[in-house]
Amino acid sequence: MFWNEEIETMPREDLEELQLKKLQATVKRAFDKIPYYNNRYTEAEVFPEDIETLKDIEKLPFITKDDLRQSYPFGLFAVDISEIKELHSSSGTTGKPVVSGYTDKDLDTWAETTARGLTMMGLGEEDILQNTHGYGMFTGGFGVHYGCHKIGAAIIPISTGQTRRQIEIMEDFGATGLIFTPSYGIHIGEVALEDGIDPKNLGIKAIGFGAEMWTEEIRQRVEELFGCKAFNIYGLTELMGPGVGVECEAQEGLHIAEDIYYPEIIDPNTCTTLGADTPGELVLTNLEREGMPVIRFRTKDLTKITYEKCSCGRTHARMSRITGRSDDMIKVKGVAIFPSQIEKALLKVGDVEPHYLIIVTRPGTLDEIEVKVEASQDIFFDGVKEMMAVQEKIGKSIENETGIRVKVTLVEPKTLPRFEGKAKRVIDERNLH
Amino acid sequence: MKIKQLSIFLQNRMGSLSKPLEVLSEADVNIRAMCMADTSEFGILRLVVDNPERGKEALEENSFLVKITEIIGVEMNDTPGGLTSILKVIKENEIDLEYLYAFTHEKEGKAILLLHADKLEELIDALKEKDIVIVQADEVYNL
Repeated sequence: MFWNEEIETMPREDLEELQLKKLQATVKRAFDKIPYYNNRYTEAEVFPEDIETLKDIEKLPFITKDDLRQSYPFGLFAVDISEIKELHSSSGTTGKPVVSGYTDKDLDTWAETTARGLTMMGLGEEDILQNTHGYGMFTGGFGVHYGCHKIGAAIIPISTGQTRRQIEIMEDFGATGLIFTPSYGIHIGEVALEDGIDPKNLGIKAIGFGAEMWTEEIRQRVEELFGCKAFNIYGLTELMGPGVGVECEAQEGLHIAEDIYYPEIIDPNTCTTLGADTPGELVLTNLEREGMPVIRFRTKDLTKITYEKCSCGRTHARMSRITGRSDDMIKVKGVAIFPSQIEKALLKVGDVEPHYLIIVTRPGTLDEIEVKVEASQDIFFDGVKEMMAVQEKIGKSIENETGIRVKVTLVEPKTLPRFEGKAKRVIDERNLH
Repeated sequence: MKIKQLSIFLQNRMGSLSKPLEVLSEADVNIRAMCMADTSEFGILRLVVDNPERGKEALEENSFLVKITEIIGVEMNDTPGGLTSILKVIKENEIDLEYLYAFTHEKEGKAILLLHADKLEELIDALKEKDIVIVQADEVYNL
């Protein structure tokens, strides 16, 4: 089943021709309308007319999350605010968030990508989709929502949480499709079992995964629990939202909507472009975006891309599931956290030179995060009460910075590992790689 | 008059007490009295030693987190009710004690009670008023 058969099965030669046309138009628009690109490209002495082939994209400088943040809030918009119909921002809470603006056409393009994805998952207008992704500034909820409208399925915009109510609604409304993060999905399944409801009997046809890293084992567990296939969905707020890549029934990688996003893989250290089937960092370019064209965005997500035609008949490139990050970001409970945020939180409570280690575990199905902090003169007092208060204060400060509750453990000085050069601040024991 | 006590931060795990005590023994620092305040995760070891400065230095050289905290020592009768009579004075003056511990020494019939309060000066005044003997710091170090 295809949502847009002509585009999705287009011969690669034609697809590349289409990409080049769109890339040239995007670069020209960005250069003409957005001072950021105009300055960057002028500095790098590269101009829209230098893009003669797709490979010429490599002449353009990259854009990073920091660049986007510095343009907060609307610095990268190519249109007047009167044309912007919706605003979102990234979940990352380091400093200012990244804002994403959408024109009417952009919202339609976004819906097109998720509509293709939902169709790949086998969903159509007969279906009822329960969307447990959060609605709000986070793009996860709305991206799926708009795509669902496009394919004509009924959407249950339930958002995250209230697990027992989720199960009740699933049962009573007869949901046939589910969207969740893998760990939350397993949690829902286990709660249902506890309550004597076998998730397999709920009649779920397909599950869409998103917003956190997972492994084949986790997928198998979800598929066993619910008795149906689970499909990976990938996307980023910076580029639009979910729908950049979605898995088809073959489950052999995520089809990137290549007429809408141009993917590259680079070596994160040398920044040179790597070939097909070689692991590296994913770089994405909007080929079809009015409000805020983003060109050569370094996602920091590690994956590889294959251009071989898929058994499903689609010609669009496939990326493997994300196997890690080229920076030190971790995702805990679907929330992006950088060690620098923890550091900032510690500085705020008066720890002048914080030494800390972040340990992420998943004892059951949900993530837990422990921050070990070396006690120092700045935060040492001769009283248990005071020390408990210090611990509490650190916890609150971290919660303020990251939005999630962590367990804080004070440890003796010099007991955490020291590193020459770049410190390793995170121990991820969830085995997601 | 005030006694310099060493307060040492320790994690609550097996064997964590032995290392700092070894360090002190190697530095030839003798312990007069000690007490431990602990939670399930960490503890604060409080020590009165014969040479607090040297003790602190040795511990810090070995990466321990140490603070010198001032406390006072008072002489009390080593008989039933000895402690109560002192606590009564403190309570009457509405002084909030943070912690206390005690030890006996060679002086027969007497023990030394070590006290810490945020309002240490007030505590000293209140005790003096009732003629309770405040032990000189040197006396404790050189026992």
